[in-house]
Amino acid sequence: MCSDTALDYEVAQGRAQSFYARFERKDELQHQTHYCPGCGHGIANKMLARAIDELGIQDRTILVGPVGCSVFTYYYFDVGNIQAAHGRAPAVATAVKRSRPEAVVISYQGDGDLSAIGSAEILHAANRGENITVIFVNNAIYSMTGGQAAPTTLLGQKSTTTPGGRAADTEGYPLHMSELLATLEAPVYIERVGLGDNKQTAQAGRAIRRALENQVRGLGFSLVEVLAPCPTIWKMSPVDAQHWVRDVMEKTFPLGVMRDRTGEAMPKPAAPPSPALEEIPRILGVADEDLPQGNAHAVEGSREVDLEVRIAGFGGQGVLLLGEVLAEAGLDAGLEVSWLPSYGPEMRSGTSNCHVRLASGSIDSPLVSAPGILVAMNEPSLRKFDRSVRPGGWVIYNGSEFPADCARADVRVLALPFTEVAHQLGDARASNMIMLGALLEMTAVLPEASVGAALRRLVKNPRWIELDERALARGRALFREAYVEVGA
Amino acid sequence: MDAKKRDRGLLRIDQDECKGCGLCIEACPPKVIALSAELNHYGYRTATYAGAGCTGCGICFMACPEPGAITVLRAVSHPAAMAAREGAAHA
Repeated sequence: MCSDTALDYEVAQGRAQSFYARFERKDELQHQTHYCPGCGHGIANKMLARAIDELGIQDRTILVGPVGCSVFTYYYFDVGNIQAAHGRAPAVATAVKRSRPEAVVISYQGDGDLSAIGSAEILHAANRGENITVIFVNNAIYSMTGGQAAPTTLLGQKSTTTPGGRAADTEGYPLHMSELLATLEAPVYIERVGLGDNKQTAQAGRAIRRALENQVRGLGFSLVEVLAPCPTIWKMSPVDAQHWVRDVMEKTFPLGVMRDRTGEAMPKPAAPPSPALEEIPRILGVADEDLPQGNAHAVEGSREVDLEVRIAGFGGQGVLLLGEVLAEAGLDAGLEVSWLPSYGPEMRSGTSNCHVRLASGSIDSPLVSAPGILVAMNEPSLRKFDRSVRPGGWVIYNGSEFPADCARADVRVLALPFTEVAHQLGDARASNMIMLGALLEMTAVLPEASVGAALRRLVKNPRWIELDERALARGRALFREAYVEVGA
Repeated sequence: MDAKKRDRGLLRIDQDECKGCGLCIEACPPKVIALSAELNHYGYRTATYAGAGCTGCGICFMACPEPGAITVLRAVSHPAAMAAREGAAHA
């Protein structure tokens, strides 16, 4: 009879379809997970896989994995997988869900990931009511890294960073993420379950399935917190660890439904699709002719260009705008460009400088540590950067008298009272454009049409465009005059 | 002993996948799982079915952290399967 027995039985509970048949993580051990004996993750993974099977959503499930012990979800789950940076899984899940509304998107996270480094991401994803499912596995400690205290560590619980036990006075209190998130308006379902005994485990399975179902129905944000054993780091046998969840952990983290609005929640429409790329200029109110053309007014011939410019002054002098117009003009002319601002928190005064590179080849770094041209809009900026100018380079200095101790035999200087010239033109604030005009004339790389196009893109006020165009022309003329004088 | 009276359930345990955590032994209501005396290939004492008494409740399956270390089977009782079994028995 014994040999016939198998004929009389059928599989009632077995390996879920949503797991890969083999885990190609290592050469060996392709049939088992990397979890320690008795790990709560293994159980939570199984519940999730079973729920995916039961709901028939394997083909459209995208699982966003965390950093922590459960980092390898992509080796196990035969669904779409994305590995997020530490704590960022809810932000990644948001993007995935919004761009693929038909997908069932799951953020699977541990307590170090979700309640510490990722506390902002989970809070805002929940507050936006993203239609995603979050499985939050809480074992009250950082396990993968060897047992440091987490925000969820219990009072009195020992860890490598709380060797005397967590004390409220110095380490604060265990963070109750589910209760915290349940104070928000948007979430539809939040439940804390445990893996402390058979009854708890059965309830955990039901809650995980419900959290997925809510998303399939389009109801909104669902989160299931799973109190899970970590026998290895807790230094307990698997069975003792399981009981510790029920007998100790649950006292700090009571089980139960924290939020259930699934009864009254209406299916939310998917987020509207993003506008097409070509629609964006119209939405931003930018006219087509103002967009960078790239090669529109290309640099003549096959001339090699490699300009490295540093522009420095005090905030409010138009240091950054000068650099921006230069870079934008380069872009318009089809060059590779970079513009790197560096300034303090002040909107006015304070120091300000920017690095600009224009090149016909690719740019290796946006940093300009040895400029070919230094535009110094005041004396402190000159003194800060004059030694960095490379031999054979230029300094354009805003001042009629160039400080003698800054003079260098291997650097040419154009020193003029640009602010006064700008004042005579109509506004002292146009001095940056006069200096840019001089720079453009000096380098003779960019077509005037590119500069004009760049100016119109960056300066909106017609009065300023008119003034800036005159300022650029004045700067070009000043350089020619000075150059002729020097050359004479 | 009545050889025709079969258990409602049956367990298959993959000796290579089991890590011997013992959670299934703790979870099993009729207590028909035990740790093996021998070590497996990886050095674990693994869960072993006593061979009789399984009710097919499936609780051990969800207590086990490994995806497929335990497979729970249940006795087939629906008529079509019974007929198929009869057919197989007569063949």
